[in-house]
Amino acid sequence: MSSVLYDTPGPRTRRITVIASILAAIALGYGLYRLVYQPLDRAGQLSMKLWGPIVDPDNKYFDQVWKILGDGWVNTLKAAGLSIVASLTVGVALALLRRQLRDLRGHRFLSWPAPAALLGRIGLAVGRAVSRVWVEVWRGTPVVTTLFFVFLVLPVWGIDFDDRMWFLVLGLTLYNSVVIGEILRSGMDNLPKGQSEAALAVGLGPALTSRLVLLPQAFRVMLPALISQVVVILKDTSLGGLVISYDEALGATKLMVEAFRSETPSLAIGIPMYFTIGIMYIAVNYLLSKLAQYVQRRVSQRGYRTAKQAVTPASVPAA
Amino acid sequence: MCVLAAVGALIIGAFIAVLRISPLPPLRGVGTAYVTLFRNIPLTVVMFFTAFALPVLGSTNADFLRIPGLTSVFPELRSAFPFFHFALLALTLYTAAFVCEALRSGINAVPLGQVEAARSLGLTFAQNLRHIVLPQAWKYAVVPLGSVIIAMLKNSALASAFGASAVLMGVVPELVGQKDYQTEPVFVGVVVGYLIMTIPLGLLIDAVERSQMKAARR
Repeated sequence: MSSVLYDTPGPRTRRITVIASILAAIALGYGLYRLVYQPLDRAGQLSMKLWGPIVDPDNKYFDQVWKILGDGWVNTLKAAGLSIVASLTVGVALALLRRQLRDLRGHRFLSWPAPAALLGRIGLAVGRAVSRVWVEVWRGTPVVTTLFFVFLVLPVWGIDFDDRMWFLVLGLTLYNSVVIGEILRSGMDNLPKGQSEAALAVGLGPALTSRLVLLPQAFRVMLPALISQVVVILKDTSLGGLVISYDEALGATKLMVEAFRSETPSLAIGIPMYFTIGIMYIAVNYLLSKLAQYVQRRVSQRGYRTAKQAVTPASVPAA
Repeated sequence: MCVLAAVGALIIGAFIAVLRISPLPPLRGVGTAYVTLFRNIPLTVVMFFTAFALPVLGSTNADFLRIPGLTSVFPELRSAFPFFHFALLALTLYTAAFVCEALRSGINAVPLGQVEAARSLGLTFAQNLRHIVLPQAWKYAVVPLGSVIIAMLKNSALASAFGASAVLMGVVPELVGQKDYQTEPVFVGVVVGYLIMTIPLGLLIDAVERSQMKAARR
């Protein structure tokens, strides 16, 4: 698109573009200086007293700060990894279940006795309704509310965990498995009709058709959306420190900021600490996205070349 | 709060989207950097940063948000309650990145022939954008934009962590904190509240999408 909105630049346009680019860069630099550097400098936020624990190995807090950050990231990656695996597993099961329930919508159980057939049809209808409500409730509820629910209500019902990480994993899985299930289900629904017709023609039933033929293709086609959801799971682990007091990366950072302030009231280390943890989150998520894109390209090249032309719905992460 | 954040995010997002397709490399770089930054950072970190950075920089109440014309339309901005402003600012900046991507997908969905026809008539880049591309891009972007707005609605629950009780989620810590309240009804009420907001919006988006596909088939 960007190459169509304007012509390939000729000599005059190239000169104008270079001049305009230089002027734009100068304006941007001046804007950054006025809006970012000067307020920070005026507030004394650039002194080594505040940044020392993060960037100066000789600082007395340096080792402790980075150890706590390292432990926080280990906790984050552990929770994120478990949540991703659980969400994918449950999401696949949900997608197959919902598709199976829909495929059996017209099933009449003709070989069963009449009362049993009626019960079967009612059971299928109830199953469809329950699965629909389950999806709508967990998809429509904010993740922070789900985490509060898991942490505060489940223990009342007798479900309790010694390790707080499991509350975080359970909450993230409840939400993200539903989103992943819907992604895969829409992927299967959007495959060409001929795929399922061919599978049914060779004698596969609805369940095997979904599991052996449609699901593998849906995974490839919907890989970008799945990748976005994986990044969402990693970002959502930052809610653990907020809701459950789990020492993930952001929670650990928050505790350190509070510890510094309680030790020395004038040591307002919030900006350096949150800036650092923000950079780390950006780096980790960016690397994850690049790795996933690489995997996607490799998978696409191995087979199903048409997958590269498949239209992917705009994936909007909901955090 | 969500109306304010939505308006702000749409404005900023549209601006960043234009930067992203600009012919000047530095502006494209700024747009790309903004989107990369805010898409890869958790909203919690953005909220913590605004809550801690702005007071240190001397703007304890985010006073710059008190724009005279705006305060008459939205009385909440007159509030002296600082965390409301911080949460609003964080939510707006964060959502703007996704608005930008939604608009960009809308711009990319505009048929090439439209742009080429406009250029053959001699329209400049700015004219092309203003009269041809953006009006059509908005139409294509409605569905992803709706998804972004729903996500922002749910993200506003995070503001409760900073004491902004203007959002539905803010009710929970206050009620749960009192021992004589049962926790289950509180959560059921909150969940129903959010579902009442999100499900109609989702159905509306589905209807828009279906009507668009119907129009495309004609």
